[in-house]
Amino acid sequence: MHPAFSVIAFTVCSGAGFGLLALVSAGAALGLIPADRLLGFVAMGLGLALACGGLLSSTAHLGRPERAWRAFSQWRSSWLSREGVAAVATILAAVALAAGWVFLGRTDGAFAAAGLATAVLSVATVSTTAMIYASLKPIAAWHSPLTLPAYLLFSVMTGAGLLTALLSVFGLDVRALAAVAAVLALAGWVLKRAVWHRNADHPGVSTLNSATGLKGGMVRSLEWPHTEENYLLKEMGYRVARKHALKLRRIAQALAFALPLVLFALAAVVGGVAGTVAAVVAAVVQLAGMLVERWLFFAEAKHTVTLYYGR
Amino acid sequence: MNAPTPPVPGPHAPHGANSAPTQRPLADNRAPNEGDGVETSPTVSDEVRKTTCYMCACRCGIDVHIKDGVVRYIAGNRDHPVNRGVLCGKGSAGIMQHYSPSRLRKPLLRVGERGKGEFKEIEWEEALTIAADRLRHIRATDPKKLAFFTGRDQSQSLTGWWASQFGTPNFSAHGGFCSVNMAAAGLYTIGGAFWEFGEPDWERARYFLLFGVAEDHDSNPIKIGIGRLKARGAKVVSVNPCRTGYNAVADEWLGIRPGTDGLFVMALIHELLKAGRVDLDYLAKFTNAHVLVIRDPGAADDGLFLRDADGKLLAFDSVEKRAVDALSAEIHPALVGEVTVNGRRCVPVFQLLAERYLDPSYAPDAVAERCGLPADTIRRIAAELAEAAFEQSFELAVPWTDWAGRRHETMRGRPVAMHAMRGISAHSNGFHTCRAIHLLQVLLGTVDVPGGFRFKPPFPKPAPPGPKPAGKDGGKPNTPLAGMPLGFVTGPEDLLLDESGGPVRIDKAYSWEAPIAAHGLMHMVIANAAKGDPYRIDTLFLYMANMAWNSSMNTAGTMDMLTARDADGGYKIPFIIYSDAYASETVAYADLVLPDTTYLERHDCISLLDRPISHADGPGDAIRWPVMEPDRDVRPFQTVLIDLGARVGLPGLVKEDGSPRYRDYADYIVHHERTPGIGPLAGWRGADGTEHGRGAPNPEQLDRYIEHGGFWHHEFAPGERYYKMANRDYLETAVRMGFIPKAEPIVFQLYSEVLQKFRLAARGHGAVQPPDGERARIEAHFDPLPIWYVPFEEAAEGDADYPLHAITQRPMHMYHSWGSQNAWLRQITNQNRLFVHRGTATGLGISDDDWVWIESRHGRVRGQVKLVDGVNPNTVWTWNAIGKRKGAWRLKDGAPEGERGFLLNHAISELTPPDARGRRYSNSDPVTGQAAWFDLKVRLIRCTSGSECAEPQFEKLPCPPNMPAVPETSHFGESFRKEREHEEAGR
Amino acid sequence: MTSLPHATSDVRLGLVIDLDTCVGCQACVTACKEWNTGGHMAPLTDYDPYGAAPDGVWFNRVHSYEHTKADGCGETVHFPRSCLHCETPACVTVCPTGASYKRASDGIVLVDEDKCIGCKLCSWACPYGAREFDTDVGVMKKCTLCVDRIYNENLPEADRVPACVASCPTGARHFGDLGDPASPVSQLIAERGGVDLMPELGYRPTNKYLPPRTRKAAEPAPALTATDGVGGLLGWVDRILSR
Ligand SMILES: Nc1nc2c(c(=O)[nH]1)N[C@H]1C(S)=C(S)[C@@H](COP(=O)(O)OP(=O)(O)OC[C@H]3O[C@@H](n4cnc5c(=O)[nH]c(N)nc54)[C@H](O)[C@@H]3O)O[C@H]1N2
Ligand SMILES: Nc1nc2c(c(=O)[nH]1)N[C@H]1C(S)=C(S)[C@@H](COP(=O)(O)OP(=O)(O)OC[C@H]3O[C@@H](n4cnc5c(=O)[nH]c(N)nc54)[C@H](O)[C@@H]3O)O[C@H]1N2
Ligand code: SF4
Ligand code: SF4
Ligand code: SF4
Ligand code: SF4
Ligand code: SF4
Ligand SMILES: [Mo]
Repeated sequence: MHPAFSVIAFTVCSGAGFGLLALVSAGAALGLIPADRLLGFVAMGLGLALACGGLLSSTAHLGRPERAWRAFSQWRSSWLSREGVAAVATILAAVALAAGWVFLGRTDGAFAAAGLATAVLSVATVSTTAMIYASLKPIAAWHSPLTLPAYLLFSVMTGAGLLTALLSVFGLDVRALAAVAAVLALAGWVLKRAVWHRNADHPGVSTLNSATGLKGGMVRSLEWPHTEENYLLKEMGYRVARKHALKLRRIAQALAFALPLVLFALAAVVGGVAGTVAAVVAAVVQLAGMLVERWLFFAEAKHTVTLYYGR
Repeated sequence: MNAPTPPVPGPHAPHGANSAPTQRPLADNRAPNEGDGVETSPTVSDEVRKTTCYMCACRCGIDVHIKDGVVRYIAGNRDHPVNRGVLCGKGSAGIMQHYSPSRLRKPLLRVGERGKGEFKEIEWEEALTIAADRLRHIRATDPKKLAFFTGRDQSQSLTGWWASQFGTPNFSAHGGFCSVNMAAAGLYTIGGAFWEFGEPDWERARYFLLFGVAEDHDSNPIKIGIGRLKARGAKVVSVNPCRTGYNAVADEWLGIRPGTDGLFVMALIHELLKAGRVDLDYLAKFTNAHVLVIRDPGAADDGLFLRDADGKLLAFDSVEKRAVDALSAEIHPALVGEVTVNGRRCVPVFQLLAERYLDPSYAPDAVAERCGLPADTIRRIAAELAEAAFEQSFELAVPWTDWAGRRHETMRGRPVAMHAMRGISAHSNGFHTCRAIHLLQVLLGTVDVPGGFRFKPPFPKPAPPGPKPAGKDGGKPNTPLAGMPLGFVTGPEDLLLDESGGPVRIDKAYSWEAPIAAHGLMHMVIANAAKGDPYRIDTLFLYMANMAWNSSMNTAGTMDMLTARDADGGYKIPFIIYSDAYASETVAYADLVLPDTTYLERHDCISLLDRPISHADGPGDAIRWPVMEPDRDVRPFQTVLIDLGARVGLPGLVKEDGSPRYRDYADYIVHHERTPGIGPLAGWRGADGTEHGRGAPNPEQLDRYIEHGGFWHHEFAPGERYYKMANRDYLETAVRMGFIPKAEPIVFQLYSEVLQKFRLAARGHGAVQPPDGERARIEAHFDPLPIWYVPFEEAAEGDADYPLHAITQRPMHMYHSWGSQNAWLRQITNQNRLFVHRGTATGLGISDDDWVWIESRHGRVRGQVKLVDGVNPNTVWTWNAIGKRKGAWRLKDGAPEGERGFLLNHAISELTPPDARGRRYSNSDPVTGQAAWFDLKVRLIRCTSGSECAEPQFEKLPCPPNMPAVPETSHFGESFRKEREHEEAGR
Repeated sequence: MTSLPHATSDVRLGLVIDLDTCVGCQACVTACKEWNTGGHMAPLTDYDPYGAAPDGVWFNRVHSYEHTKADGCGETVHFPRSCLHCETPACVTVCPTGASYKRASDGIVLVDEDKCIGCKLCSWACPYGAREFDTDVGVMKKCTLCVDRIYNENLPEADRVPACVASCPTGARHFGDLGDPASPVSQLIAERGGVDLMPELGYRPTNKYLPPRTRKAAEPAPALTATDGVGGLLGWVDRILSR
């Protein structure tokens, strides 16, 4: 699949944003995070910015962005539509919490309810995003039982990373949280490797034989219907050289999981300024790593239509 | 004759090729009430105009839907006998051809050096004056200094006649580089030919053998036919080095080695003869199998037919035991047995034939390796042919009367059909190979019988047909030729030779180099003219032939020849006039360009005098008419030619007072008479338009054609449809229609006496003899029975240096060089690959997508490889004419046709390798002069990386002046929608 | 309505494509382009039509393949590919706007261009590559089963079939109601063993492909037996014939 930057940025940012919102809102509602107005402003602001920015960036790849509002209508069947609805609901709930927190310095009562709703809705939103991909049978790498857990885990992982960094910057003791972030990075790493492992074994049930209905033996493409790449090949026929992909996988693992794991662990142990620096660097590096991970998520995914082209 | 056209079926009766129950509209085709706002009944067009397609030479009927003055849609005409409603990939892309940005706009006069493509626009009056002045002078001094050669046109009866009126023998159309081997072999053998002049009996054949065809001129009829064969469960066998297209859907693909079909066919004949599985009855009735041949080695008439004092052919009557008139109906002809008649030792043709092909050198085992086919397969195919012809033979319950007046209650069917084209034709042994195929058909009794190969009127004609080529004297100033420049020789005395025995024509047609060059040698005109061999010309007048690119051999050399100068600085070919409709490669080499219209903007005439739209069940002809008005200052070429003729004062084109006889081509089509009552169109003749075939000109003829869908078609009575060579009713109809001079039976020439006459001349007999140096070549290649020899290039080079055969195939969706300017077609293919057998490539260390040099003895071309399984391992091939010269056809910089597409022609030499005497001939069949495109032998050399573009490359051609900008994006069709939405809103 | 319709009728219109007969001529391809570029989804935009990388929107494309069968025999197969008007097509259910829909009355899968936001998700959801995005207009386009021909009262009745079916020179394309087991197309499918493409994905395509028939490689024909050389043949030929 073509790794369109807007879609990559969207999924990474909104994943992190909703992860952050979920953790911050839940933390605030449960009183685990102080109702400090500046903290509320920064934490909720960052979460909302990432979530909204991601959504906006996703409209950048629409052919007719001015009609984007129509995308809310088909929540009965379409995960993309559900995602839109869930995202807006989440954002509304988050805005309610943020209003109480930032303007009134309150995260209790009705605001706590809004916080809990934000957390639940965030999870729902990330799930809908995941399901957009997980439901696509033509793309075996996505149509996998691991897609949903991966999206959720990566969302909470990046959200937790950001939260650790943020709270640390606000001078709070984040050693426990950093430990959680480190564990999440490790879990993410394990899961990502499991995904790659599974995908290597599940290239998809379809073959050029089943795609053409020609039974048995071997079918090879002789000539394409057109000499140049067309929409299908540009959109769904993206190919990444194996060597290149391996290198990128290493980079993704280092940035998204390994380095954050070490840095968050460090932050969990050392605390103080060093811990803060470690946490901030870890969170930023992790987001960068997730961009690479997401690039590969697209670039390595093979669509059945490429079978027809012998790719 | 009054033959009303058959009633057109009513609008509701399913008709047309695709009218199976699974191809019809829904039984209830009212739009359901879906409520989704889809407009299910938009108006398609304001008007439908029916004319004839010209995206290729197949002549299909089209319905041109016009909306708001723009072509909305082109569909096949269901009533048309050629395509019966279907349309090929090119035909449906006609819109993009009609609106091509490469259309020429105005006459052009060269301003820069020739070949640089620098022109200025001039007015038509100036262009016509320049041309007419030049032509007038040539005609008054030495008319043969005009060489008039036309390519893909369908007006050869006009252009040939024009040349004849002009007085130059130097005329031909494209047949010489195309398929004259097929035409000549057929016409000299059965009085008809493959090409589009005959067709398999698609509805009745049980077994179909297809030799060397990728597409052919009968594009849609063959496709419709193959669809029918497959639907009926007939067996389709393809003989072709490549397994694509028609050959891909064949039940059995025989991946023969190029140039060896003759051997394969002769091995089939060997098997059939050996087993006595030939149709003796048919041979006795319809062929010269029984005619006695003189056996008198050394005599001047050795090998000629035995004739009586009146010149009648003789045969031996096996009952009366004496020589009798071979063509009489009452005889009992002996097909075997040597006899002595009037002191001459003779044998019937059939015995000579049997002796020849029963020879073990024609046994399957002897030819198998060379052909690349297992001997068992050859034996099996022979057995299958016999089984289909004889065991599946049937009687069609249609009474008919033979030429001798004998009534037959049924027509015997032999359901074996064959078709062959350029895979046979484009080899230097193609004439004989094609004759061998006809021999095979005739031996099986399958020519013009139910289930077999069928003639399309005006064929069959006597074999060979008349007339002979005119212009023996080379043309006299201000004098028309005595006849048409192209014709059929019947012996050495008909050749066009000068006093010293050299060629009269610039292309050397009808000389010892190509005696039966019935279509001329278009591929040699530039090379010969540039060399001044046999003489210099003044003006080369080309029409619709891209000779500076895909229709030349040695293309780079040809470009040089077109621009070569003399010591005095003048061009070796002093003046070049060219008519094209588009900015092709050749435009750049003209001094004067006469821009033609597109096919939707002019009158054309698809005439029975030329290449009509006949069907085996009846003759037909058609027109094109201006269904669109040109939006440029262009004129139909035929009208321009008629205008030029009148300006030059050609007798047939001016009235007694010297004024133009015809207003334009339309006027000519209606009023010209070739012989009294016979004109370009056969339909609706006579003052009142009620006569067909023959009749006085009808001033309203074109209106009748337009009313009837642009064509005329006559259906024969059932009793006239088969056995046309000997069917009295048919022969009489053919005479009435002017197809043949006399209602006499047409006798298939298994043994060709015409060829033997040339051989005798080579042996030193007769008044006209070849020069000594040519005797051996003539002797060897003018065998009266089909022979096989190694194609010349291979014979000279052997297999060692150039082990691979390199051939081209026509893509079904491209027409030669025209297709690449078409915005739709070029998306499908804009780069051709070299297809190489997977195993062969492995041996050469070549993998998919590699770039290779394709090297021949003549030159080298670079292209990109695609590996395949379905090809003869000794053969590489590519799609024809996809590679383009940069700048041509208004393609932008970087267009893949110029960057990565390659033209194989650069590697093909126009000359054979030198023989022992150092003599080089044109790279052609020695009998007909047919260009031997497919004799090419090559080797492949893998290129290093960094060579990812085609070679050779040439300087980019500039764009002709004042051409409109080429669009970045095309939204063709948007306007129709806007218009519709507007209409809807208004409602 | 983007959810799959509750069918109001059993009519399931579609195409049947005969791979045994298709010669890969591209006629259906350009006929489709030509009709549709001025039809319901007009235009079918072409990008860089005369330039270095010409590309455009098409609803029907023809591939060619080489099939080496299990027994080692090889065949070249031409393969037209267009929308299969699936029974349970995810291209419809994934659409967030309702622009992509399946008609309840005849099963045709269409895009309502006025609703389409060009998110391309439907093209991701189509395993068959049947949808092509018109970058210029910003909406998704696809085969309409010639909905503006098959019911078109402004066309002569005989022409109310899809453009690709009308044009196909070999007659390899068929059209009809695949929902009616008695319809001629349904019978053709039964007779020829028509198959679904990628049935494993569960889209339940309406269009069917007729696989290449077993080729009549060796026809039952008794081997020829010799009449014993030239003498034998000449003896056999030596008989009384008439002209
Ligand atoms: N390697 C190789 N070379 C071959 C062949 C092969 O098989 N292999 N085949 C050979 C054969 S059989 C043939 S017939 C030739 C064909 O070769 P050409 O006769 O050169 O045919 P085209 O490329 O179709 O070009 C004809 C010219 O006619 C122009 N034209 C098109 N429409 C019109 C019109 O309406 N009016 C006018 N005035 N001009 C028009 C086109 O723009 C083009 O320049 O190629 C030969 N060359
Ligand atoms: N679409 C389209 N149609 C056309 C044309 C076009 O350019 N495009 N051109 C028109 C013209 S001018 C012509 S002359 C006709 C020609 O129509 P075809 O006769 O179909 O000509 P080619 O495409 O040259 O195909 C030659 C075939 O012969 C095979 N072949 C080559 N050598 C041998 C051999 O030695 N033995 C056998 N058995 N096969 C061999 C090749 O593989 C190829 O399949 O097509 C006409 N129709
Ligand atoms: S075969 Fe195609 S291009 Fe040729 S005349 Fe017929 S429809 Fe036109
Ligand atoms: S073929 Fe593709 S576009 Fe057509 S209905 Fe099926 S899934 Fe949808
Ligand atoms: S591209 Fe258009 S039709 Fe396709 S899913 Fe998106 S909105 Fe629906
Ligand atoms: S049914 Fe119509 S839109 Fe669909 S492929 Fe055929 S011609 Fe194209
Ligand atoms: S028109 Fe018919 S034969 Fe030609 S490619 Fe399409 S389906 Fe095949
Ligand atoms: Mo040709």
